[in-house]
Amino acid sequence: MERLARVAVLAFAAMLALPGLAQSPRSGGELVFPVPSEPPSYDGHREETFGLIHPIAPFYNTLLRIDPNDKSGTKAVPSLAESWTVSSDKLTYTFKLRKGVKFHDGSEMTSKDVKASYDKIIFPPAGVGSSRKGQYADVAAVEAPDAYTVSFRLKEPSASFISSMASPWNFIYKADILAKDPHWYEKNIMGTGPFTFVEHVKGSHIVGKKNPNYWDKGKPYLDGFRAIFIRDSASQVAAIRGERAHIQFRGFSPAERDSIVSTLGKKATVQESPWDCILMVGMNHEKKPFDDKRVRRALTLALDRNQASKSLSKIAIVKEVAGVQVPGTPYATPPAELAKLAGYWPDIEKSRAESRRLLKEAGVPEGFQFTFTNRGVPMPYEPLGVWLIDQWRRVGLNVQQQVIEPAAYFGTIRKGDAQVFMDFQCGYIVEPDLDMYKFLSSDRNPANYGRYKDPVLDALYDKQSRTIDFEERGQIVQQFEKRLLDEEAHYLMTLQWHRIIPHSAKVHGWTITPSHYLNNTLDTVWLSQ
Amino acid sequence: MASYILKRLAAMVPTLLGVAVLIFLLLRVVPGDVVEARYLTQGSQFQSQELMNQERQKLGLDQPLWRQFATWMAGLARLDFGLSMWTSSPISEEIKLRFALSLQLALMASTIATLLAIPLGILAAVKQDTWADYAVRVFSIAGLATPSFWLGILMILVMLTVFKWMPPVVFTPIWVNPWDNLAQLIWPALAVGYRYSAVGTRMMRSAMLEVLREDYIRTARAKGLRLKLILTRHALKNAILPVLTVISLEFAFLLGGLVVTEQVFNLNGLGMLFVEAISRRDYTLTQALVMLVATVFLLVNLAVDIAYAWLDPRIRYR
Amino acid sequence: MAVTREALRQLAGIEQRPGWLSALADFIRRRPLGTIGAAIVLAMVFAALGAGFIAPYDPLETDYGAMLAAPDAAHWLGTDAFGRDVLSRVIYGSRTALTVGLGASLLGASLGSLIGVASAYFGGRTDLVVQRVMDVFFAFPVIILALAVVAVLGTGAGNVILAIAIPMVPRCARVVRSSALAVREMPYIDAARAEGFGSLRIILRHMLPNVMAPILIMATAFLGEAILLEASLSFLGLGVQEPTAAWGLMLRGAAVQFAESAPWMAIFPGLAISLGVFGFNLFGDSLRDALDPRLRTQ
Repeated sequence: MERLARVAVLAFAAMLALPGLAQSPRSGGELVFPVPSEPPSYDGHREETFGLIHPIAPFYNTLLRIDPNDKSGTKAVPSLAESWTVSSDKLTYTFKLRKGVKFHDGSEMTSKDVKASYDKIIFPPAGVGSSRKGQYADVAAVEAPDAYTVSFRLKEPSASFISSMASPWNFIYKADILAKDPHWYEKNIMGTGPFTFVEHVKGSHIVGKKNPNYWDKGKPYLDGFRAIFIRDSASQVAAIRGERAHIQFRGFSPAERDSIVSTLGKKATVQESPWDCILMVGMNHEKKPFDDKRVRRALTLALDRNQASKSLSKIAIVKEVAGVQVPGTPYATPPAELAKLAGYWPDIEKSRAESRRLLKEAGVPEGFQFTFTNRGVPMPYEPLGVWLIDQWRRVGLNVQQQVIEPAAYFGTIRKGDAQVFMDFQCGYIVEPDLDMYKFLSSDRNPANYGRYKDPVLDALYDKQSRTIDFEERGQIVQQFEKRLLDEEAHYLMTLQWHRIIPHSAKVHGWTITPSHYLNNTLDTVWLSQ
Repeated sequence: MASYILKRLAAMVPTLLGVAVLIFLLLRVVPGDVVEARYLTQGSQFQSQELMNQERQKLGLDQPLWRQFATWMAGLARLDFGLSMWTSSPISEEIKLRFALSLQLALMASTIATLLAIPLGILAAVKQDTWADYAVRVFSIAGLATPSFWLGILMILVMLTVFKWMPPVVFTPIWVNPWDNLAQLIWPALAVGYRYSAVGTRMMRSAMLEVLREDYIRTARAKGLRLKLILTRHALKNAILPVLTVISLEFAFLLGGLVVTEQVFNLNGLGMLFVEAISRRDYTLTQALVMLVATVFLLVNLAVDIAYAWLDPRIRYR
Repeated sequence: MAVTREALRQLAGIEQRPGWLSALADFIRRRPLGTIGAAIVLAMVFAALGAGFIAPYDPLETDYGAMLAAPDAAHWLGTDAFGRDVLSRVIYGSRTALTVGLGASLLGASLGSLIGVASAYFGGRTDLVVQRVMDVFFAFPVIILALAVVAVLGTGAGNVILAIAIPMVPRCARVVRSSALAVREMPYIDAARAEGFGSLRIILRHMLPNVMAPILIMATAFLGEAILLEASLSFLGLGVQEPTAAWGLMLRGAAVQFAESAPWMAIFPGLAISLGVFGFNLFGDSLRDALDPRLRTQ
């Protein structure tokens, strides 16, 4: 315990020291970082894994980007687009593009490239995969009226449209190449980004070097980067401890952070943030007794989230007690309000007594047995699984765990065989439209594995999606949250994930955000001696 | 001799065919497929059934089973292993680097196993039922009993806390940088080699015991010939064969079977590729890997049998 | 020349039947390693059966106030990441290890022996076909086959037993087959056949008992390997699942993560596995030495 306290003080001090180190950026050096998984292809429009973003994002730019210096990871700022305007009816967004941006092959980027890229994302031709097409269902058309202007015409007003333009996945490709072969970018890399592609050795590494003709003069600071594929997290930790790598962009566990800090001491900097990922417990509404909302409420009332926030955060990458939005972001419910929802009460004895009462009322006997289906991923699914079973045991429920390996997991859950199961969501930008979509009725959203239909919930979602006024929208989001977690208890939130990035103190210019898909272009990063 | 070899090679074919059918069917019985593994990674908000069906069609997964099998077999006949379903790159490319590492590790481990097994086995046999014998047997069984992943965890723990040193995490082939290469591979080779020496030691000991009881050895000893001379001239030659057999047979499994060791030491080898391929339901890659390991296994078996037949004319295939 | 009791007895021609105590002492003296092995095995069995009485805590009981506690008076082997008592979990873990180990080894050995003996008995084409089929399974590395079976059937104790037993069947069959081939040539088998006994009867009642020695040796060796394989599968997350107490499972996740700051989590379960497999191997080794006439000390 004492050792942990010492380490925590060190980490805190390191974090405080960070702004004090207001040195000026130095050019040079190669950034080395481990990536836990290798990208199956190079096409950002198609893939869904961070294993693509980390090594490939530095080769490209997007139309807008999320401000890399802002910790909340929610502000959209210009990138390839210099500025934008919205029509008064909120249905047309017009972007002014930067002039003189060159692709790595020397040709200039113009509006036709942006249009071609977004056409590929929103209206993919037959045989071309676009994973996030559904996010742009509101877009009617993409137009390129002149060489440096792109406009998007929407069918309905959308509060999240600007954020979606800053999506880290929407690499801008070259129109001529896409016209010849829409699959070219799956196997090849050629963008406008701060780094150019050098090599990719399968199973080993990807190397990029500085783009001397990058449009943002003076950047990037780095001479290049090297992304090494290291599957096993203990080896990643070893690489950082042994100073063979600088930083890992996904996140480490508390134990890993402690071991890095204890080895490197002042040579390590730790950045921490709540993470836009959360595990939730889903209940199959088609299986008794989980069709009864008393039983579902009982399950959430049994969980002592406040205590778990303190204890589990020592051993797993979870920490904050949260509702549907990441704590600390614009639309997150303040803690005082959150504490009113079922399962968030400060008095756990009262909460568990209520849970037992509800179970009895619903006719669930003491020692009732059910199966909790969990996904075979060690962190944090395993510790959360142990915790959940332990908490449910305290209200007299006897739970068996069934673990299914990741490849078969969602396929199995989809079929509707599981009773109670672990579900999961990771967003790339904190945005209610993205974070709450999952909970829509099963006829609207096939990823609703709880198999319920709740038109009231759907209506609330639609309303907030069209509400541009910040305050008003916040109110509706809270109503949605209350219905989802408290009144109907369709899904139960566990704890918000907690992102911990301990890295070499030589790395500067990189700010942590709640998303491990953001801030990977590496143009602002520099290495000190 | 030649006809023996040909007969054996011919006998390999039905076995390999059986392996092919087994792995083909086994994979398709397992729930989930590569498209699900790729697109259902999260409770993805924007899943599209049509995207997944499209992908399935591209990979040929919507074809009837017999046709998928036939296509694969036809490819194998041309020695074309096809493309990985996960990365769409040629499988030979995927395997190349990992094969180099696994091969080197298997060779190093087998060598260490042999270097340990032979002297220890001889010692145990010559000094049977004495404390030397017991010590050797305890030492070698301890190797068998210790889980390799636990040994690996302990080794890395010791290296970190006592020596404050970590082995390299990226594989460099031995002709590029022998120092880095060995610094990475010597530790798993030791852990694995120690483990496999147990089988060899046991074999060496019993083989030596048998030989030592032979009449001509007893005669030699009665005549007063020095034990050392007896050992090297006569006993060793006969005892060594079964040991080499056992170690060679294990060698084939070292290629694809070191799953846990590779995980603990973070080695980019065939074992991990296997696990990744299975967990991603990459049928083509898994099938290719299984065929590779099975073929090596059968070829090693054949080589050992040929060596036997050549060295001992009494054992010829009838 | 000292006049010993033995010498007197010999003179008098009195036969002394060795008491069981002196037989035991004799066994220990002649086979010290086997004794150690047997002792370890017995200790494991005792721990497994009596877990409810010996273990100080409920293996599932969490204690968030005492997470990752070092060994002390309250917890002799410390606690794990959830505050669960490591000693209790190690004790209960023997239950899982033995259940899975025994189950898999019995299943694998019996199935394998049956196939091996039957194949030897029938000979000819049947033998060849069975050999080929066994070869096919043989060519798969053990852990890959186990992985595949788990992928098909799912995780959990029952499926793990199957997953471990299946790769063992061909290995057992091969060994038993060679012994069975020798037995088949025995005259009493021919006699039985002449008497008109059915094949099944001959296999079960005449051949099988005569290959018991290699089967027994095989089964004990397999038991050790089965425990190891179960630990490996649990370590990979494909075996028995949380919150069950199982040694391989205890080596996963937090044990590796906190290996430096809380080494007791990794050391003791690993020690338990090693000791268990060690014991079974020693015991099996001595058994082989005892049963194999060629290796007896002169």
